[in-house]
Amino acid sequence: MSELRTIETEYSLLTDRLRVNVGPQHPSTHGVLRLEVVLDGEIVVDVIPHIGYLHRCFEKHAEAMTYPQVVPYVDRMDYISSMNNEWSYVMGVEKLMDIKVPERVEFIRVIMAELNRIANHQIAVATFGLDAGAFTPFLYFFRDREMILSIFEKTCGGRLLYNYFTVGGLNYDIYPTFVDDCLAVVKKVRETNAEVMELLIKNKIFIDRTANIGILPADVGINFGCSGPMLRGSGVPFDLRRVDNYSVYEKFDFEVCVGKGEVGSLGDCWDRNIVRMREMEESCKIIEQAVKNIPDGDVKAAIPKRVKPPVGEVYCRTETPKGELGYYIVSDGGLKPYRVKGRAPSFVNLSVLPEISKGYMFADLILILGSVDIVLGEVDR
Amino acid sequence: MEKFLVDLIGDNLITILIICVIPLLFLLPYALVAILAELKISAWIQDRLGPMRTGPWGILQPIAEVVKLLQKEDITPANASKLLFNIAPYVIFTGSYAAFAVIPFSSSFVPSNINIGIFYLLAVSAFAVVGILMGGWASNNKYSLYGAIRSVAQIISYEIPGAIALLAIVTFAGTMNLQLINQMQSGWFWNWFIFGGPGSAYKLFIIPFMIPLALTYFIATLAETNRTPFDIPEAESELVSGYHTEYSGMKFAMFFFAEYSNMFIVAAILTTLFLGGWNSPFNNFMQGPWWGAFWFITKSFFVVLLQIWIRWTVPRLRVDQLMYLSWKVLLPISIVCFFALGLYRMLV
Repeated sequence: MSELRTIETEYSLLTDRLRVNVGPQHPSTHGVLRLEVVLDGEIVVDVIPHIGYLHRCFEKHAEAMTYPQVVPYVDRMDYISSMNNEWSYVMGVEKLMDIKVPERVEFIRVIMAELNRIANHQIAVATFGLDAGAFTPFLYFFRDREMILSIFEKTCGGRLLYNYFTVGGLNYDIYPTFVDDCLAVVKKVRETNAEVMELLIKNKIFIDRTANIGILPADVGINFGCSGPMLRGSGVPFDLRRVDNYSVYEKFDFEVCVGKGEVGSLGDCWDRNIVRMREMEESCKIIEQAVKNIPDGDVKAAIPKRVKPPVGEVYCRTETPKGELGYYIVSDGGLKPYRVKGRAPSFVNLSVLPEISKGYMFADLILILGSVDIVLGEVDR
Repeated sequence: MEKFLVDLIGDNLITILIICVIPLLFLLPYALVAILAELKISAWIQDRLGPMRTGPWGILQPIAEVVKLLQKEDITPANASKLLFNIAPYVIFTGSYAAFAVIPFSSSFVPSNINIGIFYLLAVSAFAVVGILMGGWASNNKYSLYGAIRSVAQIISYEIPGAIALLAIVTFAGTMNLQLINQMQSGWFWNWFIFGGPGSAYKLFIIPFMIPLALTYFIATLAETNRTPFDIPEAESELVSGYHTEYSGMKFAMFFFAEYSNMFIVAAILTTLFLGGWNSPFNNFMQGPWWGAFWFITKSFFVVLLQIWIRWTVPRLRVDQLMYLSWKVLLPISIVCFFALGLYRMLV
């Protein structure tokens, strides 16, 4: 920027800033996000995200529904990783009511959440590749995601919005060949990831495009409240599955992947992307360990027919693929929550976009946005 | 064939018109085949079936696409500059079609056998830039304008290594006439220029320069035809579709048609200059005017397939990286090869 100013003042070569409206209908804003971009030639001078095009009044809706009825609304927030969303909310209500769910439920929830995490990261890496202009890995991932979706479909009937977790357990038990299907998914995911590593991630052009751009220093990330792969990409090993050790995660052996700045600087787009690639492998490990010893038993805890938590409030957070998803639930002792506030990771992660994209080129801005991995359903709620 | 037609109909306007139309008769079916190839090859690369519903294995899909484009509403944006906006697609197509005038399809058919063939090709292939800038500017859309400006910068940059590669061949062959260049490469496939051309064992010294030269030219032409990894002017992820964002219907089809026609032109130049043109790879086996056309189209199509293959494999470069590649990598390589070939011509 300073260099540009010198050119302007010393050589009186005045350039005009161009204000470009990227979105809400644009191929790579990942939904209906509108970015107001101020460009100086190809250089991004300023980015102003405008959100709210997909606002669906989740929080107000939640106040009008009984506790179990809120679950389908939660699904629609981050519609790519619905299982994880449900888990966070359901766990909050269970905490509020002091319900201990059976071990079997916890195991199935872990498997479902990890399968969903793989599906989410597949989309994240695929669309990131698409933003970089590589169309083929995108379709490879979508082909494999189909296997995960069919597991969900066989279990609960839904392919995108599941309504599967419920307060105190699960709506349905798993089907007989569930374990085999999960292992087949794990095998396929590993195959494709190895292929994509060669085809895309280690491609010279891809590295040139993504390394050293959109650098998010760890302190900036923490100050903005970033979480998930966004923060881990900057080298902070903050993973709620390990930090909070909720559910049965302490029983599984997996690593918290962090960016190491292998090809560029720490916290660049490549790092955030590789964290997602490696987390898929870690999720595979968790699934392998979990499917081996799913305990027998019921898939629902003994809870009263009417879910009626005592007066109180709770903040419950889980690690969704995008980061820390928390629900702050206030109960007035009635059938409906008094207030449900969602702390959406996409929304918080998106807030750092203007900070990390200034001074890069227009094409980089799109890649940085892709590496944040937002879902507008969650940003706008 | 040119002579045959002149003998048959006489040297008049009708003959000239027929000669003008023959490349078009070739181009229309070629474009349909190339579109189908693009659809099918991308599908096979991406582990899917591709079009399967229109005709057996979807072979009629390109025709369906053309019909679809013809039926679409032809929108001219309200604030566009009407005249420029409407003629831009035709200007681009004119540029690429004009190049067919000197393409030697066979030993006895070249629409115009002029002595400055390569020079003419360079001149008319640069013509498309005018159309792109026209379309991008007249659309009155910021994305289009960005696409057009990027396109101009890119095509002008890549013309230099491309032109030096052609110039090296001109130095080597000693002529700009494409037909003569083809005749020089007759015989077995090791007489092709990419393998050092005909000559004594000394040619082994220039093979290490010929192959990079051919690759340089190939890469430069990928950029000139705006294909991935150099499709920055129409980068879908940031510019929606670049300079033709605002076009629809038949005018969009013209852009599309011009792109495929350009792909063939550059493939044909590569074939002519490096891959022996219409010569059979096996000396006199399957050699002759008609077989010449067959070999020429086969080789060119092979190069087109390479372009398609690359498009569906690699990501896109950024603007500055593109310029870096052109000025700091391709240009030095092509200059070194140019001097090496010149030296060889002087000494041998």
